[in-house]
Amino acid sequence: MGDISLTINGKVETHDVGDNTLLVDFIREKAGLTGTHIGCDTSQCGACVVHLDGVSVKACTILAAQAAGSEVTTIEGIGSSDSLHPMQEAFQENHGLQCGFCTPGMVMSAIELVSKNKNASEKEIRDGLEGNICRCTGYHNIVKSVKAGAEKMGV
Amino acid sequence: MYSTKYVKPNSTPEALEAIKSLSEGKFLAGGMTLIPTLKQRLASPDGLVDISGCNLDTIADEGETIKIGAMSRHVSVAESPVVKKAIPTLASLAEGIGDRQVRNRGTLGGSVANNDPSACYPSAVLALKATVHTNSRSIAADDFFTGMFETALEEDEIIESISFSKPTKANYVKFPNPASRYAMVGVFVAKFGEGVRVAVTGAGEGGVFRHKEMETALSSNYSSDSLSSLNIASDGLISDLHASAEYRANLIKEMTKRAVV
Amino acid sequence: MSEGIGASVTRKEDKKFLTGKGRYTDDINRPGQTHAYFVRSDVAHANIKSIDTKAASSADGVVAVYTGEDVVADGIGGPICGWVVPCRDGSATKEPPHPILANGKVRYVGDHVAVVIAETLAQAKSAAELVEVEYEELPAVVDLEKASSATEIHKEVPDNCYFDWELGDEASTDKALKSASRVVKLTVRNNRLVPNAMEPRAALAEYDDISESYTLHTTSQNPQLTRLVIAAFMFQIPESKLRVVAPDVGGGFGSKIYVYAEEAVCTWASKKINRPIKWTADRTQAFLSDAHGRDHINNVQLALDDNNKIVGLRVDTICNLGSYLSAFAVSVPTYLHGTLLSGVYDIPAIYTNVKGMATTTAPVDAYRGAGRPEATYLLERTMDAAAREIGMDPTEFRRLNFIPKDAFPYQTQVALQYDTGDYEPQLDKAMEMIDYKNFETRRSEAAKRGMYRGIGVSTYIEACGIAPSAVAGALGSRVGLYESASVRVDPTGTITVFTGAHSHGQGHATTFAQIVSEKLGVPLANVDLIHGDSEKNSFGMGTYGSRSLAVGGAALVKALDKVIEKSKKIAAHLMEASVEDVEFKEGKFAVAGTDKEKAFGEIALAAYVPHNYPHETLEPGLEESAFYDPLNFTYPSGAHIAEVEVDPATGVVKVVDWAACDDFGNLINPMIVEGQVHGGIAQGIGQALLEDAHYDENGQLLTASYMDYCMPRADDLPSFKVGYTNTPCTHNDLGVKGCGEAGAIASPPAIINAIIDALSPLGVTDMSMPATPQKVWKAIQDSQSIAAE
Repeated sequence: MGDISLTINGKVETHDVGDNTLLVDFIREKAGLTGTHIGCDTSQCGACVVHLDGVSVKACTILAAQAAGSEVTTIEGIGSSDSLHPMQEAFQENHGLQCGFCTPGMVMSAIELVSKNKNASEKEIRDGLEGNICRCTGYHNIVKSVKAGAEKMGV
Repeated sequence: MYSTKYVKPNSTPEALEAIKSLSEGKFLAGGMTLIPTLKQRLASPDGLVDISGCNLDTIADEGETIKIGAMSRHVSVAESPVVKKAIPTLASLAEGIGDRQVRNRGTLGGSVANNDPSACYPSAVLALKATVHTNSRSIAADDFFTGMFETALEEDEIIESISFSKPTKANYVKFPNPASRYAMVGVFVAKFGEGVRVAVTGAGEGGVFRHKEMETALSSNYSSDSLSSLNIASDGLISDLHASAEYRANLIKEMTKRAVV
Repeated sequence: MSEGIGASVTRKEDKKFLTGKGRYTDDINRPGQTHAYFVRSDVAHANIKSIDTKAASSADGVVAVYTGEDVVADGIGGPICGWVVPCRDGSATKEPPHPILANGKVRYVGDHVAVVIAETLAQAKSAAELVEVEYEELPAVVDLEKASSATEIHKEVPDNCYFDWELGDEASTDKALKSASRVVKLTVRNNRLVPNAMEPRAALAEYDDISESYTLHTTSQNPQLTRLVIAAFMFQIPESKLRVVAPDVGGGFGSKIYVYAEEAVCTWASKKINRPIKWTADRTQAFLSDAHGRDHINNVQLALDDNNKIVGLRVDTICNLGSYLSAFAVSVPTYLHGTLLSGVYDIPAIYTNVKGMATTTAPVDAYRGAGRPEATYLLERTMDAAAREIGMDPTEFRRLNFIPKDAFPYQTQVALQYDTGDYEPQLDKAMEMIDYKNFETRRSEAAKRGMYRGIGVSTYIEACGIAPSAVAGALGSRVGLYESASVRVDPTGTITVFTGAHSHGQGHATTFAQIVSEKLGVPLANVDLIHGDSEKNSFGMGTYGSRSLAVGGAALVKALDKVIEKSKKIAAHLMEASVEDVEFKEGKFAVAGTDKEKAFGEIALAAYVPHNYPHETLEPGLEESAFYDPLNFTYPSGAHIAEVEVDPATGVVKVVDWAACDDFGNLINPMIVEGQVHGGIAQGIGQALLEDAHYDENGQLLTASYMDYCMPRADDLPSFKVGYTNTPCTHNDLGVKGCGEAGAIASPPAIINAIIDALSPLGVTDMSMPATPQKVWKAIQDSQSIAAE
């Protein structure tokens, strides 16, 4: 055990946890940010995607210790209920979510996807979401949301 | 995950020292395979030595070869102007590994050292006549992969970089497992002055391998026509829920045809 | 813009999910909380010789370890069957005990053997590894076709047959088959699926020793039913001593209808240790122990006369119900399957026999569509096979046999009476949407690229709005299937709706509010929905079987009507008019023929500040409840057309286009309906091309993670063209039918029919699900080698 310190959504979080603590558990259990979810054990579903120093990662496949000293952004850190991030807005306007469980990871992946490729085609969006599984939407409206989000972000 | 100790040294020598102080220590690069393994309690190392601080992530054009640091993440290789210019296929191979989040974390060295039979990189190492540079020696690709999940690496030996020879032509075509998206068959074809090398991943019971018959055929005539009459044997190929050995044999031929364009 | 019925307003619930403020069961923590981890059987079938928990009990952080003996000692029962059917021989469905922790025997890999409760999850897991179980292994029973002659799994279930049930007229059907000019025969397998809601199941149980009551937060589609079953049947405690809350739930698709062992064990144990206990499944546990879906083998015989009109249908089915009978397992292959065998066709004689078998695999129960996808699949595959045999276009053959639109209400030969429908226009529209008439041009174009292109049709019907209680009761249901709704109007006119339905992605907070907005003329923002908490909501039956709107929405309308009725009386008093003269429109009560009017908010205020009020005849306050029990099922129907391209060199099937035209009756929120259709189609495509739960001969589940169980991802799917026709339901006030399951029901046969169509030039005539690249490639190879012989 020992202190691990990292910045989550601009706030320094220092907690005494075991070296074997996963970043996702640090975020959920220690920082109390439960918007980041766990949907599988094999790093495939993407419900836990957050940004680590600006790039999207699966928080279930990184130790909190590996992220020590880094800046982590979770779904709670990109917008608020009275000022949604353009991608969050796009998901709402295009019905890009149903049960909401995959949504935080999907939105975090989508933001990185369009920031890397602002004119992503439907195929590029579908390929770019390979690491996020949704069981509800059939992806149709997620693809629409990501396209609309890219436009709103004006990237 | 069982409890373990995490250290992050700043250089290769420090990393080697750290691993020697542990009885069952493991190097941690991107962690894309190791951490899921630990989560499933399939391994219980007493310590993890994170080598991401050891400055092993440079990519350089060295004339005949390009040298890529072991800690280079897939995304860095995919986006590297050096790699894109010298061996564009290697960049696109990296671009096709796993998903975006895996590519943001996974590393060349980690993939090669693990030698997962369905990983993409080993086929590039083998086809591109790469040399694996470790802390103590340089190992030719042909001597490096010794079996499924097995390599010539000694205990506590660490890959520092890999030099890939520049081919005159190369292509990598993969058929992903529909569920895991790992290569069910991946074929890396590389043409050099002295001949063609064909490395197959995802399919062999012994891990990545060179396909000598196809190499011979393509060395004499670098076109998909030269493969048409070849009968790809299914002996020694993996047979599982997703693909029989026969189906994999078909895919090897088909992916190779598509690679030779 | 209107926010009422028919408006595609954005969802009220979205903001919390989009900002990470959703509260799922695993997000909730309690002071002093412990963690449970289950020791599960790693063998499929065995007698338990001994369980040694000593080392585990004294391991670090362990609070308690319990086994089946402790459960028996406390007199705790197992989950019950909610539905049973009579057998052909007059005997009843065999209902073996279903212990929450194994009682001397394990019956599938993943069966619950012991629970370890510790301060942390890691400690519970470590201690679980120290529990030593000695098994005397018995043969696994995996092969469905051989189950009846395999080792007995339960002593209460001879020949491993839970039931042997029939429906329809066997004599007249067999007579039709005998005298037919043609009998088309087909055997199809409906592959076994794992529902895979993205949120794994979880439970947080706590006990209050002062009030002597339990609270269970759980991932449930129907918390009130969970409460009834656990309290009354398993624990035998007063129902009021258990509160069940299903907070935000991340998808269900059927798998979260039933009471599972884990939540019951945690609840029971929370009293024993007098501390809260949390359990959350990891994905592997979910694969092993969530109820699976489908897994039928159907033998079909379809009889045609000289004019290619269907004269009879016989279907003999065996289905795999797994190791224990899950709550609604019996209803799925019987009354949700056998009754749908007429499809959208006029079939004068139908008979079906269904044998429900036990195997040493996870329990099988309802999964999106539940029985109706199986019925649709076998029927639509057979329709195509017949059309091919007689050399008719599959759409023409279907048209020829559609129930004509003037035949409604239509009484089928398998118990159901369809109230309304019109099948030709929906097929016409789907064909137009996908440009059916120019398909051959596209086929030729694809052929030039070396690809085989095919088109496949599926015209389906489903029975939704589950269910008329009297009918369900007569068919074997042990519960009623009405729904409840309460409308609480606040003094300022804002409104809270309480429903017994449960939303886990369906958007009830929005659609129910739209109904209120439409009826009362209040803005959407003034309406809130409370669901999923047995302490707050009236008893209700939850959400499944596309019932929330058709039953729960109809209950809400009844409650709203009561609110309006009472409001009119108040308005009449305030405006000194007679009630008969008061009209209610767009949120205002007006006296006919005058300019007198009162806004809804004024009436609400008067009801709670009753200074000027008809106290002699009316109570103050404005809060009304209603229960609604439907008179019939609803019958959504539609036509789905898939277009695929097959790469003959690899066997890869790509879905290149999709047109769906559905009749769901009236739509409350077309945007949400469309989302439901998309999701259903994706799950159907998953079944047809990707997904398969596969046990090996030893009963090990080989597809127990996303490494091997192929979930549909964004790049596996196309965008979908969705359209509608509308024949409103005739027996509920909203004219709605339900839309949640349609896509999953319609789509699998459309794809398989399209693949067979694509490969028919190569001589391929059959294809099983999932049509994986390997399987398709092999079919092409086999047909070519046959052609070469």
